[in-house]
Amino acid sequence: MHTSEIKQAMAALPALAIAEPEYAKRGNHLDVTVAPDQVVAAVTVLDKHGFFIEAITGVDWLGEKAALRKEAAAKAAAAAKAAAEAAKAAGQEPPPAPAAPSEPDGSRVDDLEVVYDFNHYETLCRVTVRTRVPRDNPEVPTISEVYPGANWHERETHDFFGITFVGHPYLVPLLLPEDADFHPLLKDYTP
Amino acid sequence: MSAFAQTQLKETFVINLGPQHPATHGVLRVKLVMDGEYIVEAEPVLGYIHRMHEKMGENRTWAQFMPNTGRMDYLHALAYNHGYVAVVERAAGIEVPERAEYIRVITAELNRISSHLLWFGAFVLDLGGFTPLLYAFDDREQILDLLESVTGSRLTYSYFRFGGVYNDIDENFVPGALAFIKRLRERLPMYHALVTKNIILRKRLEDIGFITPEMCRKYGATGPVARGSGIDFDVRRHEPYSIYPELNFDVPVYPKGDSMARYMVRMDEIEQSMRIVEQAIAKLPAGPVMAEKVPKILKPAKGDYYHAVETARGSFGIRVVSDGTNTPYRLKLRSPTFSNLSLFGEACQGMLLPDALALMGSLDLVIPEIDR
Repeated sequence: MHTSEIKQAMAALPALAIAEPEYAKRGNHLDVTVAPDQVVAAVTVLDKHGFFIEAITGVDWLGEKAALRKEAAAKAAAAAKAAAEAAKAAGQEPPPAPAAPSEPDGSRVDDLEVVYDFNHYETLCRVTVRTRVPRDNPEVPTISEVYPGANWHERETHDFFGITFVGHPYLVPLLLPEDADFHPLLKDYTP
Repeated sequence: MSAFAQTQLKETFVINLGPQHPATHGVLRVKLVMDGEYIVEAEPVLGYIHRMHEKMGENRTWAQFMPNTGRMDYLHALAYNHGYVAVVERAAGIEVPERAEYIRVITAELNRISSHLLWFGAFVLDLGGFTPLLYAFDDREQILDLLESVTGSRLTYSYFRFGGVYNDIDENFVPGALAFIKRLRERLPMYHALVTKNIILRKRLEDIGFITPEMCRKYGATGPVARGSGIDFDVRRHEPYSIYPELNFDVPVYPKGDSMARYMVRMDEIEQSMRIVEQAIAKLPAGPVMAEKVPKILKPAKGDYYHAVETARGSFGIRVVSDGTNTPYRLKLRSPTFSNLSLFGEACQGMLLPDALALMGSLDLVIPEIDR
């Protein structure tokens, strides 16, 4: 079983992106990004190839969209300035300032990322499956049907990030108190 | 495995085990639904000493998080230190001098022996044998003294640094470690004669508490739990880090999957760790123990980094997400016992309560590491 075999099997899914990071630098072999409704299919592929589940976790990307917009605006401004200077040097009229970059649809809400880590007992192959859900409605289907061990990991991720795993048999707090209604790993959490 | 006693009337009752109970080795609660003496359903309840280490990581610099790692698994703290410095070194691209890596492995393996000795004593104590605990603590004390002389602490070490170790070993350490190995080699046959061959222990462990390889895979079990089920998986050999590729050691695997198999794996690992320490001491190179020019303020490049190490309880992995600043953006701690314990509910169904406690002991639980 090789990384390329898994890569091929993943490519058959409607995966959004498949990356092969440099193992020595990153520590994993395959990084697959899928849409939330493809998570179960991707995990089933890994199950068929004999992978074991390492962990499930989340990452809160609060402020990411704003940072990206700022970066894009700075880039556009720099380009416009360079163009104006080039035009001035050539003795021409400076071109009109470009309009502010348009807002792509649905990009106002930041994402929560769910990260699934898998490893293999026999061959050295670490696979990371990622999916992104909007922050205001974080819902992912559960994989506890495929891997019963995901049960606790999903409960933990629900504790820390408030991500709902649809179809989970028992989504109650695992590490936090049983009446906890806060999610401490969200970046906007204040105690 | 014990046969499930079928009764005509479905009469069950609930027993609450813990959160304070000697057999759980810390504050772990297990809700048991019982049919007479047999377990119908077991649900571990976690979180009694949850400290949110992952959030703490986001609120301090890379170096300031170092002491937290030793406080999760206080029995094998050096392996946790090792995992953390390894992932940060990978992220920041720090080269570690060879001597430092040797010292890391020597101290971490001694720490593994001390962890297994404590498990051995506490496990036999769970089963009703008090004396072996005192023998094991006597031996463990020698290791703690050795490590104290080098690291300055006896339990929650923060000995490793990004780029090396805090200080070099002193002249007494190598003779002390070799003398300890000689001593333990003489004592191990006594342990086996006293405990391993003991008929009471064997009756409690053999053919009881089965964990199948498929169960290990589905729940992500690693370490001695997986190796006791015939899975030949050890991060030190599977995904070699540090200087382990240069050392010659065996990975004990027992295929049976009962509590006795997990017991035997750990007892054999003590011997293998002694072999590793001996070889590493023989090969120990001279040189610096700290990399030059490690920046005072670390700012690893943006991105995800993962590193796993083999602790006494299994594969401990750290995923860090760096946003290029001096604090981690996200720090995920994948603890082995969390996964190992998650299969307990399935494994103990239909077992007698005392057998289930033997199974729980054979998982080698360290609660702060589960709760994090």
